Amino acid sequence: MSPEARTTRARQVSGASVLVGAALVVAFLTVGAVGDWSFVLSFRGDKLITIALVACAVPLSTVLFHTMSDNRILTPSIMGFDALFVLIQTAGVFLLGSARVAQFDPRLVFAAELGAMTLFSLALYRLLFTRIARSLELLLLVGVICGVLFRSLAGLLQRLIDPGEFLVLQDRVFASFSGASGTDQVWAAMLILGAGVWCRVRLPALDALMLGRNGAIAVGVDHRRLTFETFVVVTLLVAASTALVGPITFFGLLVANLAYRVLPGAPHRMIVPLAILFGFILLAGAQVVLERLLGFTGTVGMVVEFVGGILFILLLIGRR
Amino acid sequence: MIRVQDLSKHYGAKPVLDIDALDLPKGGVAAIIGPNGAGKSTLLSLISRLDTPSAGSVLLDGDDIRSLKSDALARRLAVLRQDNALTARLTVRDLVAFGRYPYSRGRLTATDQAKVDEALGLVGLDGFEDRFLDELSGGQRQRAFIALVLAQDTDYALFDEPLNSLDINHAVAVMRLLRRAADELGKTVVVVLHDLNFAARHADHVIAMQAGRVVHTGTVPEVIRAELLKPLYGMDINVSTIDGRLIVDVFG
Repeated sequence: MSPEARTTRARQVSGASVLVGAALVVAFLTVGAVGDWSFVLSFRGDKLITIALVACAVPLSTVLFHTMSDNRILTPSIMGFDALFVLIQTAGVFLLGSARVAQFDPRLVFAAELGAMTLFSLALYRLLFTRIARSLELLLLVGVICGVLFRSLAGLLQRLIDPGEFLVLQDRVFASFSGASGTDQVWAAMLILGAGVWCRVRLPALDALMLGRNGAIAVGVDHRRLTFETFVVVTLLVAASTALVGPITFFGLLVANLAYRVLPGAPHRMIVPLAILFGFILLAGAQVVLERLLGFTGTVGMVVEFVGGILFILLLIGRR
Repeated sequence: MIRVQDLSKHYGAKPVLDIDALDLPKGGVAAIIGPNGAGKSTLLSLISRLDTPSAGSVLLDGDDIRSLKSDALARRLAVLRQDNALTARLTVRDLVAFGRYPYSRGRLTATDQAKVDEALGLVGLDGFEDRFLDELSGGQRQRAFIALVLAQDTDYALFDEPLNSLDINHAVAVMRLLRRAADELGKTVVVVLHDLNFAARHADHVIAMQAGRVVHTGTVPEVIRAELLKPLYGMDINVSTIDGRLIVDVFG
């Protein structure tokens, strides 16, 4: 594929995606609206902002994670990141009670969650990238085991907990775009913005990581430092999205691979925006389906995973 | 000149490389030979800082490679390893353009583009630049990776078994290419070779390694000798001269 052909295709696909995305935005804001327009628009607009933030954070974190691990099947969620988030939430409600948790300053809660996840990821990083070194299978295994451990612990606590408390908890640990508070949105937006600025600076080096560890070092990338920075940024992005809406990072795998398929070998400055556009379409589409077709019976995660899962299988079958 | 001083590498308690002193002179083609597990690839990795030594240092024209910034080193020394499997589906041009990363950090100038074109021309891949690497034959793929090294435009170029899995035609073409890089572009080429006849025909210097140590260094006639090679590989090897050229017979 020549550079010109690639640019043309990028323009065409992102143009079409923007149109679809815009149509979805209009549909989301207006379809089935009754009563006061200013209320409907601000209520739904608020959700749309959350969707947009998650649609930035998750595909970006997934693409970065792929680049860093030189593997396109891993996701932050396979490594147990969002399971840890659920565990933190559950443990908080279990140990302190939902009433006490609700009393805390939400900013403090957010910061504490962020801190815990960063600590966990740094511990994982040290283990994986300095001691176990470069065995991908081991990396996967450790991640999967961590994920199962966190999920099982959270499951145990959820069974022991008071049923009333569980209902409160359920709101937090199932993905939903309606629960996000304004402060969470601002925090998440700041994190995403920070990650974006970092990305802008590191884009060429991230591209060079496509050569693999040895290839990247050979052309002069400070590999150790770059992977460490990427790991931190990915953690913060995952934390931002899970704190906003709960565990929903699976769709990142799908949209990232879709973008790789549309623009093979393209640099990050083309892949990332495209993955974000696809992510937005998927999330906004899923939310429209949930609200208008399913009448809110279910979770948005369910819709995303159903649609996304089918698409992913098609993607695998359609592989040459 | 690449000077290796007291260089060693241990994995746990097991030493895999231990070299007191080794000089790789500037210019020409140097071949590193020796049986599997002799430490040839490890030596190349340490010189090109793909791996960190347990002790010792590597000097590149007098500068310790650890004191050089990573992009500064990448403008002076390039390396190509054996395992070049890529996750991303790159085109030939994408790949070779990464050779200019140490100079332009991804923003290719006209000079960079010209260097990429020149490298593609040198390896005979002009016309293939928009093909994906997985659409190429093994020999073309290997030449694309060599073009990446050439585009990096370094004084030193290190190759780890570049002839692996190539048929004889492509192997000869690649080896001639490396010879040209030394003769016409004035590069210092260091290449790990398994086929002794390639070393005998195309190299200027030969470094023989065994069990993590350098056991012989010298010109081709000094090292490619039956009495040195037999104990090195632990097998019967004959070296004869046909039409003034050394031929190594390893088939007993």
